[in-house]
Amino acid sequence: MIVANKNKIVKLAENLTADEQTSGRSLWADARTRFMGNKAAITSLVILVLIVLFSFVGPYFAVWTYEQIDWNTMGSAATLGMPSIETGHYFGTDDLGRDLYSRVIQGTQISLMVGIVGATIAVVVGTLYGATSGYIGGRTDQIMMRIVDILMAIPFMFVLILLLVVFGRSIIMLFVGIGLLSWLDMSRIVRGQTLNLKNKEFIEAAQATGVSDYKIIIRHIVPNLLGIVAVYATLLVPGIIIAESFISFLGLGVQEPKTSWGALISEGAGTINYDTEWQLLVPLSFFIVTLFCIYFIGDGLRDALDPKER
Amino acid sequence: MNYLPKSLAVGFVLATFATSSVFAAGTHPVTGEALADDQTFTYSLLDEFTTADPQMVEDVSGSYFVRDLFEGLMNQDGDGKLIPGVATGYTTNDAKDVYTFTLRDNARWSDGNPVTAHDFVYAWRRLADPATASPYSWFADIMALENVGAVMSGESPPEALGIRALDNHTLEVRLTASLPYFAAMTTHASTFPSPQWTVRTFGDGWTKPGNIVGNGAYVLTEHIPNETATRERNTMYWNNEATIIDKVVTLVINDENTDFTRWEAGETDKGAVPSGQYPRLKAEYPDEAISFPRLCTYYMTFNLSPSGPEAFKDVRVRQALSYALDRSVVTDKVLQGGQIQAFTFTPGATAGFEVPAVAFGQMSQDQRNVNAKLLMAAAGYGPDNPLKFEYMYNTSEGHKKIAIAAQQMWKETLGAEATLANQEWKTFLKTRGGQNFDVARGGWCGDYNEASTFLDLMTTPSGYNDGKFSNAEVDELMTSARTMSDATSNYTRVEEIMANEMPIIPVYHYTGVFMLRNNLKGWPFNNVEQNVYSRDLYKVAD
Amino acid sequence: MLNYIIKRIGIAIPTLLILIAVTFYLMHAAPGGPFTSEKPLPPQVLANIEAKYGLDQPIWRQMTTYLWGILTEFDFGPSYKYHSRTVNEIIGQGFPITLKYGFWSFIVAIGVGIPLGAIAAIRKNTWVDYFAVGVSIGAQVLPNFVLAPLLIIVFTLWLGWLPGGGWHGGDWEYLVMPVIALSTSYMASIARITRSSMLEVLNANYIRTARAKGLPTKTIFFRHVFKPSLLPVISYLGPAFVGLITGSVLIDIFFSTGGMGYFFVNAAFNRDYAVMMGITILVGALTILFSLIADLLYAWIDPKIRY
Repeated sequence: MIVANKNKIVKLAENLTADEQTSGRSLWADARTRFMGNKAAITSLVILVLIVLFSFVGPYFAVWTYEQIDWNTMGSAATLGMPSIETGHYFGTDDLGRDLYSRVIQGTQISLMVGIVGATIAVVVGTLYGATSGYIGGRTDQIMMRIVDILMAIPFMFVLILLLVVFGRSIIMLFVGIGLLSWLDMSRIVRGQTLNLKNKEFIEAAQATGVSDYKIIIRHIVPNLLGIVAVYATLLVPGIIIAESFISFLGLGVQEPKTSWGALISEGAGTINYDTEWQLLVPLSFFIVTLFCIYFIGDGLRDALDPKER
Repeated sequence: MNYLPKSLAVGFVLATFATSSVFAAGTHPVTGEALADDQTFTYSLLDEFTTADPQMVEDVSGSYFVRDLFEGLMNQDGDGKLIPGVATGYTTNDAKDVYTFTLRDNARWSDGNPVTAHDFVYAWRRLADPATASPYSWFADIMALENVGAVMSGESPPEALGIRALDNHTLEVRLTASLPYFAAMTTHASTFPSPQWTVRTFGDGWTKPGNIVGNGAYVLTEHIPNETATRERNTMYWNNEATIIDKVVTLVINDENTDFTRWEAGETDKGAVPSGQYPRLKAEYPDEAISFPRLCTYYMTFNLSPSGPEAFKDVRVRQALSYALDRSVVTDKVLQGGQIQAFTFTPGATAGFEVPAVAFGQMSQDQRNVNAKLLMAAAGYGPDNPLKFEYMYNTSEGHKKIAIAAQQMWKETLGAEATLANQEWKTFLKTRGGQNFDVARGGWCGDYNEASTFLDLMTTPSGYNDGKFSNAEVDELMTSARTMSDATSNYTRVEEIMANEMPIIPVYHYTGVFMLRNNLKGWPFNNVEQNVYSRDLYKVAD
Repeated sequence: MLNYIIKRIGIAIPTLLILIAVTFYLMHAAPGGPFTSEKPLPPQVLANIEAKYGLDQPIWRQMTTYLWGILTEFDFGPSYKYHSRTVNEIIGQGFPITLKYGFWSFIVAIGVGIPLGAIAAIRKNTWVDYFAVGVSIGAQVLPNFVLAPLLIIVFTLWLGWLPGGGWHGGDWEYLVMPVIALSTSYMASIARITRSSMLEVLNANYIRTARAKGLPTKTIFFRHVFKPSLLPVISYLGPAFVGLITGSVLIDIFFSTGGMGYFFVNAAFNRDYAVMMGITILVGALTILFSLIADLLYAWIDPKIRY
């Protein structure tokens, strides 16, 4: 999933770097106009913002906290725990009588954080690695890219399971693992673009005036890669959220009483046959709606940044 | 200690039935019920069994295979009483350290060879032999066979072990200690015979279908790991005519909800009850949702070792946490499988021991909560100075639910702040065994039906005492109990000490909970060890 | 071309060695061992067992012995948990199962995904397109641990059409649900990739030229659009295959298929070192092989690429 649109992005990046020189700033202005005209993307953006807002504002309307047990409902979720305004369980309760409304909010925060932090790790590592490799070139480039080839051949989900088993489950390990999983493609794409940029006049000018390699990479190469990086990041987030849900299903996700979408969905999926559908449907709706939105935004961004697509 | 030779009589009755079985086709020889045409018993397993090798097996589900594929000296009946197996009976000396078993002469291996005393000698040596490296070789050690220590450490050859065949049908066992219950130990899968010629020929792979030769009522005909295993009637089995179930099929289903769905769809005869679903299923399938007491206790152990938190050195804190745990919530609302609230470590179902009604068990939960608050305050903890600790459990849906409930109870009643930490199984065992915890989950199932299998755990030298509780009086009582003919008073005293000292928080006693098809009869519910023999089961016509 | 293949294989060997070393050390760093149990084994028993399996040796020695066994006898060691079985047998038994339902899932994912994406692209911005896009995103985000139990409830419990699990040598009725559950999200990805790459090709200048020349639509489509549109799909196949293997964990859990996926997860939890190593090596090797095949296919279809 994570690499789904790689080729697309390579092409997009070529267009971007080509345009950068001629049209400069107006590219971004054009892109914004095009993006605003994309109804699906705009609607998705609005919904996504609402979901994020909800995850911050929602707790003020909650009657129960995410870890509190409603002792009366506990053990009778099927008969007493359904969604209801009166009991204060707007989205019903889980099997232990905990409020699903608060738990979904909690899970939303965690899952979005995993998605965003994971994508950030991938983007930062991938960009710096790819830019360095491409810019320095020669033997260094060869070695750095061989390392990527080698890492690509490692079945990462297996290694992630192993990591979580070895070092115990923790959010940090999850970030590290998922970050490791997803920066490789990024670094390849970035390297390719850096090779293009390297021979452009403004880089040569910088080199001639004696700017250090490090500064050239940070000041001149990386900023010119922003467009491609932004698009790629939006495509990474859903993949990472899905990966987290798989890890949660295996019981290696976040520590109770904290939760995530994956954990809530897998609990709910276990009990679908026992008249507690809301335990699955509520977190699943949030999950699916959010991922839909991110996909549409990603597509919208790409279309907006790629004039040829129209 | 209940195992008196007189119970052998039951076995003889069964045996005579078998040899003179002229019962009408299609009815049960004893009950006269009409039998179903298809006598296939299909059950589910949550996880693949480890092996069908009697000397290597270490899990409950594997032991069930071994009981079907092999037969030991003694068997158990539906109530857990001892009945003859390959041995028709045994004699012992007054010191109870020499046992002589007489073997039946009509017992055969599935390849037609007779079952002899030599097969047992071979198997027991194989169990203790360091070259076999059996994870269950310690069973030979607790059987106290002569020279077992030297054999296991490789100092003496396996031949030095205190077992020998006097002739083909007489087996003599010499022990280093007086073990009145020794014969009962021969119902354990590790002591079952193995066919030397087959093991020699096929090596480690001798238990595969096609290779395996057994002396039990069934032979393994198909095995696809993590999917299915089939065992079919062994026509060479000496009591084959009394066997009713023709075929036993095991399906491995890793998910308990799927497991139940497939039972509901009619694919299995015995299936799982997903956690928390028992009451609903009991209402829907009153005769088929089964719950019965097991010899197991679920508890939480305080780390009392030097590395443990200072707070738990104060007995009042331990008592307060134990009192504040509302066990009825755990049994009636979390688990809902008919589990029994626990205030003692030994389950009430244990034979020959009436567990004492300890004081805190007699209080109402409100009283317990009041007392818990007082104890906590007396120990110096309150709203300004809340008790903080970590509760560690191993990853599992059920443990998680109990941990969450306990955390909330401690918080709401005592203001104590417990954080939860779950660890994957092996890591958990390592952490708990290394005393790197504050409070940890524990579960213990009796190895045999006697109180000492539980209470020995609380003695100072016990290797399973992960909380490192140490009490001189308990040690003394348990040591003297070994040589007493009736140790009930000692056990009672130990339970009382534990109720005061509270080294552990007993939570509940397990029940066996599963779905069992209406037409499947003969399940040994009264056998608390749940040693099931497929040959005792039968299916009646609908 | 041949040089390129040799070079790739040359990289594969150090890759596998690194994978083996990392996995080996990680595994032994995990707390507890294969024989850690709730009722701890007496020291003498544990010592006997460790001596038998060579677990008392230093790790580097264990690793070299292990590698030597693979190189000389293709022996991946014994299972510490399933005493009567070797890793070769476990893989020999589980891998064909994973391969079979994996293969069919692959076929279904491609066979449904590409036409779905193509139709959506040709009928861009009609309800057919919206429907196809909606379905494919939905299928992509629906976790298969939700899909699998749902399938069993519907097809086994309610309709009674299909057995709820098992393998039985891979008869079709045992294959249907695993393949649906496994292929859905890949089918969706392939549809999305096909759609976007086809849109791009349809907009390309040479297609406009072909249209202007009045070539029949069919000819244009099959000769000029279809093949180049497949390039991104092909580069997706390598990672998709690895994804299928990872996904097989869930398939084995829910459908009791007896494939390799669950063996791996179980081995990780049981510290069944050799089983874990064996499966990791196999999956690593397959990952390398499949990305090589995907790259070669790519070169074959795209005449611009020369190795």
